[in-house]
Amino acid sequence: MIIGLGHYLVVAAVLFTLGIFGIFLNRKNVIVILMSVELILLAVNINLVAFSAFLGTNGDIVGQVYALIVLTVAAAEAAIGLAILVAYYRNRGSIAVEDVNLMKG
Amino acid sequence: MIPQAIFFYLFAAVCIASAIMVIASRNPVHSVLFLILAFVNAAGLFVLVGAEFLAMILIVVYVGAVAVLFLFVVMMLDVDFAELRHGFLNYLPVGGLVGIILLIELIFVVVTWIVAPGTPKTIAAPIAGDVSNTQALGLVLYTRYVYFFEAAGMILLVAMIGAIVMTLQHKAGVKRQSIAAQVGRNRSTAIDIVKVKSGQGLP
Repeated sequence: MIIGLGHYLVVAAVLFTLGIFGIFLNRKNVIVILMSVELILLAVNINLVAFSAFLGTNGDIVGQVYALIVLTVAAAEAAIGLAILVAYYRNRGSIAVEDVNLMKG
Repeated sequence: MIPQAIFFYLFAAVCIASAIMVIASRNPVHSVLFLILAFVNAAGLFVLVGAEFLAMILIVVYVGAVAVLFLFVVMMLDVDFAELRHGFLNYLPVGGLVGIILLIELIFVVVTWIVAPGTPKTIAAPIAGDVSNTQALGLVLYTRYVYFFEAAGMILLVAMIGAIVMTLQHKAGVKRQSIAAQVGRNRSTAIDIVKVKSGQGLP
């Protein structure tokens, strides 16, 4: 019953897959796509923290520093993505992804 | 060890179940709430593994800021979400295929990996046993990785300015305060002296 690195990696792998699956499944809804990206980044963070805790005998704190940076980028990405969404909705009155091809050449 | 295993399976199961509900829920508000549940349980996993500071940051930053931001946007935009779910089942086969292939590949990676023999020698900053997790993180974050820390601050600043610039709008016809005009006025522009002859009144 000892919980090792492999258990955490399996959880992160399942979360990552669910994120990818969510992007495919909700092709029209940008908000759920952004939430799926958050799930993917959460899976990455679980991976980093698990390796940080289980590497060597005592672990390596650098993995947690890196997870902190990933967290920062995820927060910035969510803010920018939602700002783009609000600006787009204000201009077009819709958030359907299929309509976002006005700049297509 | 037994309580740790029980809590690991509890947190992992709830985390994965709520992640499924995030992508399968009909109402985006429910999706956001399940996203919050997934993050809280991931924070529980972080606590189990000994990363308390990151767990608290996950709750404060994700549940407190990002998820609430999602909630604001979902409730602010008046979108017909039922219409957006049209064609949900059309995307199910290809999405499921890609997801299953990816999951199988990741499981193969997870069950067959070994640690390279030289890895323990390459550890950059081993976690000292006698300091707390927050202190250990601070000891390397503000010294060896201070440039990463400042870069993270710059990223947040740019994101903040970008979000404000994109969503700020000036409506025409709204009277706004012009502080420069207020401060720049003097006696000659503010006062108009009119000599009025008695008994005539102003024209």
